[in-house]
Amino acid sequence: MTAAVPPALRAQRRRRTARTVAFLSPWLIGFAVFFAYPLGATVYYSFTRYDLINPPEWVGLQNWRYVFRDYPYLDKALRNTLWLVAIMVPVRVLFGLGVGMIAVRLRRGANLFRTLCYLPFLAPPVAATIGFVFLLNPATGPFDQFLAGLGLGDVGWFNDPQWAKPALTVLAVWGVGDLMVIFVAALVDVPREQYEAAQLDGAGAWQRFRYVTWPAITPIVLFAVVTGVIQTMQYYTQAMVAGKVASGIVGAPGQSFEPGYPDGSTLTLPQLVYEEGFSTFDTGAASVLSLILFGIAMTVTALLMRRRAGLLGDD
Amino acid sequence: MTTRLRTKRILHWIAVHALAVAAALFFVLPFVFLFLTSVMTDRQTLTSDLWPHEWRWSNYADVFSTPGFGTWWRNTLLYAGLGTVLCLVSSLPVAYALARFRFRFRGLALLLVIAAMMLPPQVVVIPMYIFWSETMGLSGSLWPLIIPLAFGDAFSIFLLRQFLLTVPPDYLDAARVDGCGEVRILLRIVVPMIRPALAAVALFQFFYCWNDYFGPQVYTSENPGAWTLSYGLESFKGAHHTNWNLTMAATLLVMAPVILVFFFAQKVFIEGVTLTGVKG
Repeated sequence: MTAAVPPALRAQRRRRTARTVAFLSPWLIGFAVFFAYPLGATVYYSFTRYDLINPPEWVGLQNWRYVFRDYPYLDKALRNTLWLVAIMVPVRVLFGLGVGMIAVRLRRGANLFRTLCYLPFLAPPVAATIGFVFLLNPATGPFDQFLAGLGLGDVGWFNDPQWAKPALTVLAVWGVGDLMVIFVAALVDVPREQYEAAQLDGAGAWQRFRYVTWPAITPIVLFAVVTGVIQTMQYYTQAMVAGKVASGIVGAPGQSFEPGYPDGSTLTLPQLVYEEGFSTFDTGAASVLSLILFGIAMTVTALLMRRRAGLLGDD
Repeated sequence: MTTRLRTKRILHWIAVHALAVAAALFFVLPFVFLFLTSVMTDRQTLTSDLWPHEWRWSNYADVFSTPGFGTWWRNTLLYAGLGTVLCLVSSLPVAYALARFRFRFRGLALLLVIAAMMLPPQVVVIPMYIFWSETMGLSGSLWPLIIPLAFGDAFSIFLLRQFLLTVPPDYLDAARVDGCGEVRILLRIVVPMIRPALAAVALFQFFYCWNDYFGPQVYTSENPGAWTLSYGLESFKGAHHTNWNLTMAATLLVMAPVILVFFFAQKVFIEGVTLTGVKG
């Protein structure tokens, strides 16, 4: 094959390859050092006992057995994640869609409305979480006063194992601005004539939504759900900060904080990785947990890619 | 008939606007309550009165004079500022190659970028921490978070590539015929054309660094001198147990810059969000 190619063309090809490699080089190095290497090292550490002080010691499958058989928190973290996927993600998507539908129906004040809706999304997660722990605190929080005014009794929110996840859901719904923007863009693209035609045919509001709007925005809804699920796999900051601030155990050295306060109800897999890796210093167990997280995240991503081959853009 | 239609229209108008007001209140009221609390006296925050009895603006001055707060600002600006510049400079050529060069493995390379983008940072943190602390001796500083940004960031590469696909190839071909090298094409022709995209990617990265909690928690928790605002804010609550007023003032001060930046760059930002989501 190569013999048939004239030397000039070969030189040109080689120059092209060199150019491509040069342009890609930051990422090639980055990928090797910050992705491929640590992933391999995590696999290795998952078979060792290593406390960051003494050198790692090979222990075979011991960590894997420990995490899957005797580790009490994995099950809890997975259940919580499932709750967030089943409830927080759909609630957020539906709310985002609802707010988007309101936004496209407004004439005067439409820009103001969109801006107000978008601002909470920008609030740094740590700040927003601390704010909501205050707003929802059962003693003096304005929100519970409002509920009490409606005769709805007091809810413990971030301090009650039953209500901690719903409280995090309220926080997530508050920051729904990103979905609102996406849905507004999608709703504006639905051809007006289709609504007019449906109206002429006597379709009511629900039927117009069901047969005109919904089919047009299904891909975006799906996209919102899948990215929501991917974000849920990484759910960390809000749960960690809410637990620390609500329990009153924050950052002070010597105070040990058990993630998932109250009672493990906000525990997620990424928090377990941090806990085992950086406060128990059980590197082996932390590595096993990392790899479980990796497996789940990549499976969800693969689903996204299959559903949206268009993500790649070109072909 | 026409009156019925008109009543229906009016009812529809009222329903939409009532919902809009309710939603707007839901988004705005938390900010309002945080602000009102931030100017209360210590004692009043422990009561259930929502309106400040006396306006204590000095709470904000107290926050600024808290030891560490100024350092956290400087650290955050360093992390977000330097991180954003490095990330743009290193991601642009990679995105350009992925969007406009034809080479074998291009599909695979793109797939790996997307995989890296979806990877939770916790997956690789154990070996990375060992690498930065044991091998490089850099734990207790923000460098383990800044240096990797000089080697391309998956999300920025992906987003820039999406923008670059919208640049008509004819322009580039014309320049190539004129004997322009790829580096010059990128800097002289492409960069001016995608300036809004660069701004959007820069904003995203800046906000990401500003908001990052996990990174500073892993690498700087042992050294308060290297904390960022997002990480330090949490300990602020710890140091001022019951002083919700000061905590709320600090919280608003951490939110303020991000919101200010947004008001100046609103259009750029919304375009970016739309593009990441829909136009994929």
